[in-house]
Amino acid sequence: MGVKTFIQGWPVYRQLTGTDPLGRGAAAQSARSAALTARTETADHMARSVCPYCAVGCGQRVFVKDGQVTQIEGDPDSPISRGRLCPKGSASKNLVTSPLRQTTVRYRRPYATEWEDLDLDTALDMIADRVIAAREATWEDADEDGRPLNRTLGIASLGGATLDNEENYLIKKLFTALGALQIENQARI
Amino acid sequence: MAEAHPVGFQWVMEAKLRGAKVFHVDPRFTRTSALADTYLPIRAGTDIALLGGIVHYILDNQLDFREYVLAYTNAATIVSEEFADTEDLDGFFSGYDPGTEAYNQRSWQYAGQEDTTGYRAAHEERDVAAGLRHESHGIPVGGQVQRDETLQHPRCVYQLLRRHFARYTPEMVERTCGIPREKFLELARAWTENSGRERTGVLIYSVGWTQHSVGVQYIRTGAIIQLLLGNMGRPGGGVLALRGHASIQGSTDIPTLFNLLPGYLPMPHCTHHTTFTDWVDAIRHPGQKGFWSGARAFGASLLKAYWGDAATPENDFCYGYLPRMTGDHGTYQTVLNMIDGKVKGYFLLGQNPAVGSAHGKAQRLGMANLDWLVVRDLFMIESATFWQNSPEVETGEIVPEECRTEVFFIPAASHVEKEGTFTQTQRLLQWREKALDPPADARSELWFFFHLGRIIREKLAASDRHRDRPVLDLAWDYPTHGEHAEPSAEAVLKEINGYEVATGRPLSAFTEAKDDGSTVVGCWIYTGVYADGVNQAARRKSRHDQDWVAAEWGWAWPANRRILYNRASADPDGRPWSERKKYVWWDADRAEWTGYDVPDFEKTKPPTYRPPEGASGVQGLAGDDAFIMQGDGKGWLYVPSGLQDGPMPTHYEPAESPIRNPLYGQQANPTRKVYGHPVNSVNPSPPQSHTDVFPYVFTVSRLTEHHTAGGMSRMVSRLAELQPEMFVEVSPELAGELGLDHLGWAHLISGRAAIEARVLVTDRLTPLRLDGRVVHQVWLPYHFGREGIVTGDSVNDLFGITLDPNVLIQESKVGTCDIRPGRRPTGAALLALVDDYRRRAGLTGGRPPIVTTDAPEREG
Repeated sequence: MGVKTFIQGWPVYRQLTGTDPLGRGAAAQSARSAALTARTETADHMARSVCPYCAVGCGQRVFVKDGQVTQIEGDPDSPISRGRLCPKGSASKNLVTSPLRQTTVRYRRPYATEWEDLDLDTALDMIADRVIAAREATWEDADEDGRPLNRTLGIASLGGATLDNEENYLIKKLFTALGALQIENQARI
Repeated sequence: MAEAHPVGFQWVMEAKLRGAKVFHVDPRFTRTSALADTYLPIRAGTDIALLGGIVHYILDNQLDFREYVLAYTNAATIVSEEFADTEDLDGFFSGYDPGTEAYNQRSWQYAGQEDTTGYRAAHEERDVAAGLRHESHGIPVGGQVQRDETLQHPRCVYQLLRRHFARYTPEMVERTCGIPREKFLELARAWTENSGRERTGVLIYSVGWTQHSVGVQYIRTGAIIQLLLGNMGRPGGGVLALRGHASIQGSTDIPTLFNLLPGYLPMPHCTHHTTFTDWVDAIRHPGQKGFWSGARAFGASLLKAYWGDAATPENDFCYGYLPRMTGDHGTYQTVLNMIDGKVKGYFLLGQNPAVGSAHGKAQRLGMANLDWLVVRDLFMIESATFWQNSPEVETGEIVPEECRTEVFFIPAASHVEKEGTFTQTQRLLQWREKALDPPADARSELWFFFHLGRIIREKLAASDRHRDRPVLDLAWDYPTHGEHAEPSAEAVLKEINGYEVATGRPLSAFTEAKDDGSTVVGCWIYTGVYADGVNQAARRKSRHDQDWVAAEWGWAWPANRRILYNRASADPDGRPWSERKKYVWWDADRAEWTGYDVPDFEKTKPPTYRPPEGASGVQGLAGDDAFIMQGDGKGWLYVPSGLQDGPMPTHYEPAESPIRNPLYGQQANPTRKVYGHPVNSVNPSPPQSHTDVFPYVFTVSRLTEHHTAGGMSRMVSRLAELQPEMFVEVSPELAGELGLDHLGWAHLISGRAAIEARVLVTDRLTPLRLDGRVVHQVWLPYHFGREGIVTGDSVNDLFGITLDPNVLIQESKVGTCDIRPGRRPTGAALLALVDDYRRRAGLTGGRPPIVTTDAPEREG
């Protein structure tokens, strides 16, 4: 390697003489980093999403390869966030791919000291039975003056602020038809 | 804002670079303070005194934007001669009834309207959080009012405000808030100097403001300032709420809230809304001005969306199917009912009340007394494991072998594993594309509730009982796709938007909603999000390819309008107040409103329009009635009806405070909602005795690196690493007084619980000197619990339950406690410690009995 080549290989030389005066691109590249490919380039597809944490609503781009989320980053097109994400938004790939995520149904019997497994369809069927039974046991047709109540105060729900509008719509619609009034979310808290 | 909404804060920094002055008011010096021009430490719970000081400064120096105030606010409106102020009654307004601890609001009305408007039973309105339904509009008043355009009449709103805030002087601000006089005046000068024709100022609050027993009145005080200074409806102005969850705005608009139906229509009340017409008239208030005159169409179209073919004009669209409220069915009352064994089953949907709600012990004991609990979450959170791993298991208050509650943990899909819209804090809906399928048993809420409903309907299909008709007649036929039969979120969005029943054509505007059953509208304020059959919330035109309003990114309710009440950005004649602050204006040549945004006014109604005598509804709005959802078309400096705690904000001390109210004999908000349940208690405040038992003020908030109750952050390794431990920030002075060591341990005790935390000694906390006495405040993050990668005690365990009377939100930003060095005791000794404090503080009642719901037989 000649002296000239050697000097031209220095990042500081490239930064001072090249097209990258801030040293954040070509000037900072090494042989190793030149050979790297961004996960965003090799992804099978990208979905345009929104950060799930606070209510600023930063745009996210979610990159997927081989059925796995490989990268989540800020959407530079967003007029709200201009491509930025905070520490939480930046960690959201870790959120969705975390090994701590519980991905199967867990069931705790009355008086049990441990969890056990349960099939999802069975769980849904059991929950439906319990909703019907709780409604049955606590149903109020009318008050003492005969005015209609059409309700149960035996069933309650809390949550919605982290969910989609479409989900909240179905939750409220179903519970209202069931006569369940005590439907609440973080907006009350 | 830099802490909890960092990416939103970039715009504050952008403004600062352009010369804006940034003020930060907070009990603790944060990352926001570090970037602000001026930081003002404040005693937690005294914001009305501070903001009232600004109102006083504006009025005393006649710095209001007079032309705006006269045209667009109710400053000139004359109030009933029956009205008496807190200045006359030592902290009460006229009409207080000590029996119900609520106001008869008759005397607060505009002159001449005493008999025609207002609420008869304020305590009943409090129980149903009636204030919340006014999120999208004002409160009923008659459209015709008496005015004095000179603002000299002693009972005009302007003069009432002057008198009400006369004692909120800089000296009083200093005495009450602990903010030095000079700093207060710097804020007051900057705010007023940067408002007017050429400039606008903005007030930004994080929703910790709502977590006070006077939370609604905090925001009211801010609104008064912004109206007086002409900062509403104009670019760079406003009162901006920074909400804390991705779609908490959406879950208020399409409410999973007990007292609301979609679009802020009230859930019917048993005695007040007997018939469909009663209900509709209670919303539209015949005779008042504004767009709520369409309430019959909004109501009929919602019921049509719920009950489809079964809903007809002849049966009042199945209005009779709706459940009826009789009082407080809010989350705190419900939890107390759980403890008492009255609630059988509970769903938790991405929420962790064991950590995130006030009075954690009450939350966990409530869950321990259910028949069954369904938890839907990404992770195993504290609310799913209360029976196994909680402070009460440690103390023996919950014994797994004796706890009956059956728990189902059903895994949820993450935000990238389903499609749908979030509504962010500016009312902007953004559609998320689905990136991939959820793993294993994880499913969306859409899937879970659609199929739960389907199965329940199948099981009840043979029923001919009256009570099951609403379930069986429900319009519940959403198209599904994929191997798990996932319902179509877009089909649900189309129903939310609304469509013509006969043709299926999506509606473009809520003005197309009909009251004859020919339209379906799931949430009228969202109509337009699916206009022309296009998912407008999915629009992603780059910010580089459109102007700064960015109207083609997502969709904002209502009508894709980005600034509400933007008619006020033009003067009464329809001209921009200034070239610099031009936004929406009247184009005389084309005879229509135009501008950068969708005008918040009838497009072709000229500024000169004056309604005919006796006109109401939309027709009743004059060409300069900029506040089109208000019953009189005006922005309200004074609220004649509908707020529980008064027509003007008044400084009350928090429910727990070491300080006697410096302004009034009345110590705390006299209308605050209090629960007498034995599990609940309130630490004593002056003039009560034993206030020395809990001498310190504690306040709580968020860290950048964690999220609310920690369910989405303590489980995430990167975030856990950044903020690994529960801690308490203490000033060097207090650390010295108590013998606390930096990085050592301390424990904090209230009448409810004792928790421990590592000590961070820092001058980010300032001891406040008030009236010659020093008040110490400490700060803690509220993210910690017992599950996840990083764990710690939950500070919400320290709080009791006291609620704002307007919206039933708890006071969980300020409380009193004692602090001791070292770790807390465990087991029975922990209970003994709290009991000792309770005894010394004279708190009545004991710990609640453990009620196990009536299990007939203990199963093997």
